[in-house]
Amino acid sequence: MKKIVNDPESVVQDMLDGLISAHPDSLQLLPETTVVVRKDAPITNKVSIVSGGGSGHEPAHAGYIGDGMLDAAVCGEMFTSPTPDQVFESIKAVDGGAGVFLVIKNYTGDVMNFEMAAELAEAEGIQVEKVIVNDDVAVEDSSFTTGRRGIAGTIFVHKIAGAKAAAGGSIEEVKSVAEKVVANVRSMGMALTPCTVPAAGKPSFTLEENEMEIGTGIHGEPGIERKPIASASAIAEELTDKILEDIKFNSGDDVAVMINGMGATPEMELYILNKKVNQMLTDRGLTIHKTFVGDYMTSLEMAGCSITLLKLDDELKTLLDAESSAPAFRI
Amino acid sequence: MELHVQDVITWMNKTNERLQSNKEYLTSLDQAVGDGDHGINMARGFNEVVQKIDGADYETVSDALKDVAMTLMSKVGGAAGPLYGTAFLKLSTSLKGKDSVDQESFKSGLEEALAGMKQRGKSDEGEKTLVDVWSPVIETFTNSFNPEDLVQTAQTAMEKTKDMKATKGRASYLGDRSIGHLDPGSVSSFYLFESLAETVKGGE
Repeated sequence: MKKIVNDPESVVQDMLDGLISAHPDSLQLLPETTVVVRKDAPITNKVSIVSGGGSGHEPAHAGYIGDGMLDAAVCGEMFTSPTPDQVFESIKAVDGGAGVFLVIKNYTGDVMNFEMAAELAEAEGIQVEKVIVNDDVAVEDSSFTTGRRGIAGTIFVHKIAGAKAAAGGSIEEVKSVAEKVVANVRSMGMALTPCTVPAAGKPSFTLEENEMEIGTGIHGEPGIERKPIASASAIAEELTDKILEDIKFNSGDDVAVMINGMGATPEMELYILNKKVNQMLTDRGLTIHKTFVGDYMTSLEMAGCSITLLKLDDELKTLLDAESSAPAFRI
Repeated sequence: MELHVQDVITWMNKTNERLQSNKEYLTSLDQAVGDGDHGINMARGFNEVVQKIDGADYETVSDALKDVAMTLMSKVGGAAGPLYGTAFLKLSTSLKGKDSVDQESFKSGLEEALAGMKQRGKSDEGEKTLVDVWSPVIETFTNSFNPEDLVQTAQTAMEKTKDMKATKGRASYLGDRSIGHLDPGSVSSFYLFESLAETVKGGE
């Protein structure tokens, strides 16, 4: 393992200290926690948005804290859900009296830990609502699985729920628009190389030099198919087709596109992917409202990508276009 | 069997030793079907448990178990933290106010613990989770309880998860491909009960 770290056991704390040093005017770390909160929290009478999850997905989630997006991000250990006490601390720190809205990715641990925290907060009289993001079409959604995973589509939920809250929306309105995003967002990813959790010291899986894996999760979870590497256009087509099979788009529909890097993918390759995705969507008569290309939801140093499509109506368009001061998502 | 405060402390120390020496093994099991953090999280959590309760003074078994629960809940993370945390909290609550803990009260405590984990994880027997170890293990706490039975039952139950298809937790995404791998949570539960058996045996 070759990594720029001090001690594999202290990577999360070291990263957070460095993060706060980089954004001293807008971010703060709650004492004795791994909870990052906007410096001016709590905002009176605004619904506060809290997200979080395991670390290793930077800039998710702390990079999305700012005006018009998140109020707090709870940072767990590497690829490990944060604990209920930490989530509870974040809820208490940001509650401005209008309630706290939790954005949770659909993983067994995240759902349990955030739900336990919500129960603790409700016991203290804080109103808490939540949405569970499950945008990954690579995994089957059925009663025989835990359901689809939450991946890069989560960023659109942060943005739109955050914009609704900033515009003075009630907690019910924030919940309802967040659910609308979840219903209309789909993603699919792939990997060229695995990643190594510092404390584990070894990669989570191996891929031969000429192989790629389709459907890999953001924690190095095995995908659905392993096969010889193909061209960027073929990869873009496979991922996009799978998404379009899952959600119905009609000619004339508006769509937001995210071409997300997994951590070690050159921006050049992401733009090459986008060329094909853009062409496919335009050929179908879709109107591309906005395109985001870059590292939004990573998996350490994994090479690979995910593609996310969000079907937009007028309300979602307005909220997506609204101002955001979050360092990783400035609009 | 009869459990006292010191037995709980010994039990946790033995569990911690097993988790520390099998940390990489548990992580490799989890890399095959999950996200590869189970060994790291359990080793970190039980190390904290031992730091917390070793040498501490407790009035009752229930008090000691409550500290175990709160530490696991706040230090393990992932799915294992809330599940083991809930289990120990229910066990502690069920044993509240009891001067000594025999197999009968321990059994009803474990039943509460199992019910709590099922509710928290929305899971049931046969889904390739730690529930598949806890459920048969509980049945060994009868009047004719002996530690060897406990170990044997836990081990058999753990090994059985290998041939199961996961329908809960992250391994469920693999569908049929989860068959042939041991469930990491069942293996850590086996260490827990193996350590309990050793503790009870040593105390006799």
